[in-house]
Amino acid sequence: MLRIALLMLFRDRAKYMMLIVGLTFCSLLMTQQSSVFCGLMLWTSATVRNIGAKVWVFDAKVEQVNEVIPLREIEVTRVRGVPGVEWAVPIYLGIEQARLSDGSFQNVQLVGLDTATFVGRPMEITKGKIEDLRLPDAVIIDQVGIAKFRKKGITIDIGTTFEINDKTARVVALCHANRSFLGQPYVYTTYDRALQFAKPQRKMMSCVLAEPKQGVSARELAARISALPGLQAYERDDLFWNTIWWYIKNTGIPISFGTVVLMGVIVGIAIAGQTFYLFILDNLRYLAALKAMGARMPILAAMVFLQSFSVGFVGFGLGVGLTTLFGYKVLKLEQPPFFMPWQVPVFVAVIIILICCFSAAIGLRQIAKLEPAVVFK
Amino acid sequence: MSDAIQAPECPVAVSVEKVTKSFPNGDTPTYALRDVSFQARSGELTMIVGPSGCGKTTLLSVICGTLSIDSGRIHVFGNDLGAMSDAEITLFRSRNVGFIFQQFNLIPTLTVVENVSIPLILQGWNYRKAEEKAAVVLRDVGLGERLRSFPKQLSGGQQQRVAISRALVHDPKLIICDEPTASLDAKTGHHALELLKRSACAPDRCVIVVTHDSRIFSFADWIAEMEDGRVVKSCSASEYHHA
Repeated sequence: MLRIALLMLFRDRAKYMMLIVGLTFCSLLMTQQSSVFCGLMLWTSATVRNIGAKVWVFDAKVEQVNEVIPLREIEVTRVRGVPGVEWAVPIYLGIEQARLSDGSFQNVQLVGLDTATFVGRPMEITKGKIEDLRLPDAVIIDQVGIAKFRKKGITIDIGTTFEINDKTARVVALCHANRSFLGQPYVYTTYDRALQFAKPQRKMMSCVLAEPKQGVSARELAARISALPGLQAYERDDLFWNTIWWYIKNTGIPISFGTVVLMGVIVGIAIAGQTFYLFILDNLRYLAALKAMGARMPILAAMVFLQSFSVGFVGFGLGVGLTTLFGYKVLKLEQPPFFMPWQVPVFVAVIIILICCFSAAIGLRQIAKLEPAVVFK
Repeated sequence: MSDAIQAPECPVAVSVEKVTKSFPNGDTPTYALRDVSFQARSGELTMIVGPSGCGKTTLLSVICGTLSIDSGRIHVFGNDLGAMSDAEITLFRSRNVGFIFQQFNLIPTLTVVENVSIPLILQGWNYRKAEEKAAVVLRDVGLGERLRSFPKQLSGGQQQRVAISRALVHDPKLIICDEPTASLDAKTGHHALELLKRSACAPDRCVIVVTHDSRIFSFADWIAEMEDGRVVKSCSASEYHHA
């Protein structure tokens, strides 16, 4: 009877299309919005992924990577003194203002790397050499900066100069970096030069990057460093998740995206549930006839669930497929943010399954109440 | 439950003894059947006749087990319906009862041959074999050219022939026919009854037709007349006509 059930569904083209469109839209809305949300959350922790150190040491009050409370330079020495530390270097992280040759401004995320080791260097140098960072006024700028400057009519290449807080910066290399939450370009320089670019404060060092010795786990080392008064150390993954959770807890972003996802669920339930219910109602007297002819309730239930799940499967496939197409396009443009981990389609599949179960259940309720004798009325 | 059909030894195919059926209607139930006793025999076409609301369709429903009864006993080919569970009655129906409904109830999204193959598929036949058997039955009723048509592409008479084919395809021992001419004009209705009589009536098969269309009474072998929930007359067709 399952083939009969599918034929009944597929040949009722108007309702079939309505169900597919409803579930596709629902699936698309949930997958796309969840993926944009995940992408946005990934942007919040771009600095962690760009720098890549195993252990990050901050002021004790710091909860995530984008809030920096400057430390004293002496903290590097204190960290180096902790048992299990292979090495520890300072890093500067700060948002500075760059002035272009035409007088316009652009905020940049300035990263000051340890001059000797370049720990935290860009993952991919697309043009030039990292070693040139030791040249006077040298900076490396990422692809976001190149694109933003280009929009303002300035082509960035090796040798281009601009000012950071009225001090000359000269591009010696181009790099590719993960995009930051606020969309500011990453500008890399040495730690010492970063302190010259930055506005002077009593304490200037943003944090200390550390490497555990062999045999010591990063999390264990972070715990040892955190035992020092006034310091808080995070293992890389912990910092990554702490940053994401901080944005989830302290901003309206999850509510905003959650509302749209909820709307997707409601649209799915409303359109798919109602259309499927109407489909069942339209076929009620034929289902009663089948009941009279000897179709048992489990057979009818299997037919209804198959019908519901087949439209769910097609709608889910189309929705996720269209989202993937959207993602493919936006990843080329680098915005809006987009990241579809496997959990997103699984989450959407679960929601679609629940919608299908709900739709089938309300249809089945009608069928269960149906007396086969109704066919004689 | 045994599905063994005892027709050859027992000419009485359907036996209804003192059956009462009521429907709730506020505080006082409405009685559709009042102490009804009735018999239908194998090899005969039995008509249950009477005015609208007299209980004909209710009697038909209880005979085929789609409606439970308040009291009394119903035996169909020796099987006591009252002693069977719902699942057993459903299984019994799928194997032994063929239905022809007033509105035909052909599924509009299925082709003629797919509609006719349903009773076989319900019995576990595979689709190809079920459609082959359905096609044979449809050719017998003159619809060999319309196997892949949809019901709405057929005339009322052709739809009735499809409904008859669906009722016969699994060789049931009991054919239940509810107002078979209600949706047809006189000529088409006459042809439908001719076809039913020719193809459905067999020595080991019982055909029960509910109707209030006196123009088709001549097709009956036995007529039971109902009035106000009771069988008031039950006799052979010739006796009924003389009376």
